Amino acid sequence: MAETAQARFASVEAFLRHAALLKTSPEATQRRVLVCLGTGCMASGAREVAAALERALAALPAERRVALNLCMKKTGCHGFCEKGPLVVLWPEATFYKGVKPKDVPELVERGIVGGEVIERLLYVDPKTGKPVEKYGAIDFYARQTRIAMRNIGLMDPANLDDYLLRDGYQALAKVLAGWSPEQVLKEIEQAKLRGRGGGGFDAGRKWRSCKSAKGTPRYLICNGDEGDPGAFMDRSLMEGDPHGVIEGMAIAAFALETREGTIYVRQEYPLAVEHLERAIADARARGLLGERILGTDFSFDIQIARGGGAFVCGESSALMRSVEGKVGEPRAKYVHATDKGLWDKPTVLNNVETFVNVPRIVEKGAAWYASIGTARSKGTKAFALTGKVKNTGLVEVEMGTSLREIIFGAGGGMLVDGPKGAFKAVQTGGPSGGCLPESLLDLPVDFDSLTDAGSMMGSGGMIVMDHSTCMVDVARYFLSFLTDESCGKCVPCREGLYQMYRILSRIAEGQGTEADLAKIEDLSQAVAVGSLCALGKSGPTPVLSTLRYFRHEYEAHIKEKRCPAGVCKALITYSIDTSACDGCGACLAACASDAITGTPKKGETFQINTLQCDKCGACAAVCKRGAVAIS
Amino acid sequence: MSAQSQPQFPPVDLAATEAILARYAAEPKHLISVLQDLQLHYRYLPREALERVGAALGVPLAKVYGVATFYKAFSLTPRGEKILRVCTGTACHIRGAPLILSELQSRLKIAAGETTPDLRFSLEAVNCVGACALAPVVMENDTAHGNLSVTKVRRLVRSGAAGSRGRGSAELPRPDDSPAKKAEESEES
Ligand SMILES: Cc1cc2nc3c(=O)[nH]c(=O)nc-3n(C[C@H](O)[C@H](O)[C@H](O)COP(=O)(O)O)c2cc1C
Ligand code: FES
Repeated sequence: MAETAQARFASVEAFLRHAALLKTSPEATQRRVLVCLGTGCMASGAREVAAALERALAALPAERRVALNLCMKKTGCHGFCEKGPLVVLWPEATFYKGVKPKDVPELVERGIVGGEVIERLLYVDPKTGKPVEKYGAIDFYARQTRIAMRNIGLMDPANLDDYLLRDGYQALAKVLAGWSPEQVLKEIEQAKLRGRGGGGFDAGRKWRSCKSAKGTPRYLICNGDEGDPGAFMDRSLMEGDPHGVIEGMAIAAFALETREGTIYVRQEYPLAVEHLERAIADARARGLLGERILGTDFSFDIQIARGGGAFVCGESSALMRSVEGKVGEPRAKYVHATDKGLWDKPTVLNNVETFVNVPRIVEKGAAWYASIGTARSKGTKAFALTGKVKNTGLVEVEMGTSLREIIFGAGGGMLVDGPKGAFKAVQTGGPSGGCLPESLLDLPVDFDSLTDAGSMMGSGGMIVMDHSTCMVDVARYFLSFLTDESCGKCVPCREGLYQMYRILSRIAEGQGTEADLAKIEDLSQAVAVGSLCALGKSGPTPVLSTLRYFRHEYEAHIKEKRCPAGVCKALITYSIDTSACDGCGACLAACASDAITGTPKKGETFQINTLQCDKCGACAAVCKRGAVAIS
Repeated sequence: MSAQSQPQFPPVDLAATEAILARYAAEPKHLISVLQDLQLHYRYLPREALERVGAALGVPLAKVYGVATFYKAFSLTPRGEKILRVCTGTACHIRGAPLILSELQSRLKIAAGETTPDLRFSLEAVNCVGACALAPVVMENDTAHGNLSVTKVRRLVRSGAAGSRGRGSAELPRPDDSPAKKAEESEES
């Protein structure tokens, strides 16, 4: 590719000259057709759309193409995954959703060449029922403040010049042009940047303690393990803005005076590895990584380590063992990674999103950054909004934004109408976090408020639940997740969580007693105190939070042998409401256990043999008339 | 793994192991990377290869096995050509993943974690594949299929386990010859 063939920047000045030149080049003023090739859009067929667009644009007569001054960019995730495949025309910011290959000819002819707006591909605001033309006018985006995700979706992640056009590597150049490492450290400290990986630890403080620890070399690691189920912002960052991660790491390395960096990427994210590898190679070729960066005395390089599919490897000490090629078992917490981390040397580990914030802080200043957010949580946080909400996707908002604003503002409200579809809880913080009820919807979201409410920020998963979700089942789900992922090294976590799982299973099966609840609370204490790492320590949180806010659901399971949400199999029965059934036979086809009898025919109805029924719910899921009743 | 679905171990060609080992310095720290490449190549970790890797990197075989069994990415038995990973992450769980999983289990006649005897399919239940906005999700090798319903899963399986979006002819075992089968065909036509 052209950009790797281009020469290394011999100095900071040479870099700045090139960047300035780029801004006045024809490239900078090109109209862009941005096609999202994030994982979500790809699952909805974006690759086919991109190919069709490429063909259609190439088929335009050459002079036409020149006159249009067009280029097509395959971008990272825009965040609005639910509505994919997405195509955005830039700079006019026309936003098309759900684009199919068959829409492409019209899109090119009318939309791009003709300059018209194609109404049927626009996003329709569910509140007003009116189509919205511009990217920024859509509620989902209008309510966001994008700092970490500033570039995603607007550029080609595989193209370094594209990143430079968006002021990429300006922060690194600024630092190399005359800052001291101490100055960078101070800036990050004053910005009060807190780690986005879960705990919210002060990044500046972490860097400082690593730097004052004895021993060299120092190591720098980026945590791209993203193990929390329901979170995918780090994936989007690594896939959609890999240079942003690299630049953030390079600035951190400068402050820490270290030469070696590692990005630990989750095994499930091959595209992230691909994009990062490419970006690292490009940065190296241009003198932005490697020996004597931009002609200065600062040298730093990055390697990639792929994870092996173990949740616990997201934990700091386990991750470092894994990078060393060993089994990922955590260490006791009194050994600090900043003292003895990778290869027992002082090490800084930060999350992907933490690093991506760094260049912006350097560029715009600590004061600017510290002016955003709440008193103790600065800046923004990216959330993965999922579950029973209309607009699922990635939402980046200022710290302190209320849950209500996120879920009902950007999120567009609940997915399903009716009482079953009403808001019940939102789960934050993954397996270390909890479920928050409706009464806390006005909670301003930051690190501390979530912890005080009995949940956690975690990596930013936000899973919205309605009344068809059972809280006992959710708590049991997390325990099953954690017992599965516990590395087994320490007893409280390995055995304690398992016993809690058994008790919850008993309750879900209608065999629970009131004494069980006290037993769970006891065990929770023991596990929280006795476990070696935070997997166990915070493992009881999902249970405790559901007990705190949804105790009545546990009681319904125990005392009334009833699952109010209709989820726990042992406590529900399926039947067919003959007055609603129209005899279509969909349920008959769906049933894998031969529990349904009847003949598919208009006017006939079906019956469910409850003895045969294994309560999988397939019939209810396929019935278009809602004739399958759960009681 | 049930005896019935115990797959056959194909003969192992160690040339590939040597080629993979040649990519890395002979140091213990490269163990996981080497195993990842082996897994990609053989679709499992053959014992012969592990012995060779242990000797080459200077890691005792017991430690090699320790790592190979700790990480979920590795398998000691051959996996199928198509690996269907059903996401059971939280977002998928509350949007119907358990149902999707049971549907696939009964269609493929294997439990999660197993491989069909003809080595064509492996079924896995995994935690979050990072496409949560499209829950529930099933990955077919590296391709994500989102917003699945029982009907869509059935179509996916019938079209040769999703080979190409919608089309393809490879047939998969049906659950059985129940009367449901007929109705199913009429419903989807
Ligand atoms: C079981 C467990 C899993 C974790 N998984 C992740 C993860 O996937 N990504 C991450 O950034 N941090 C994860 N963490 C937190 C890390 O240990 C560490 O605190 C973090 O990466 C530090 O970066 P930060 O200060 O920038 O947040 C996990 C912690 C635990 C205990
Ligand atoms: S929870 Fe299923 S993809 Fe994330």
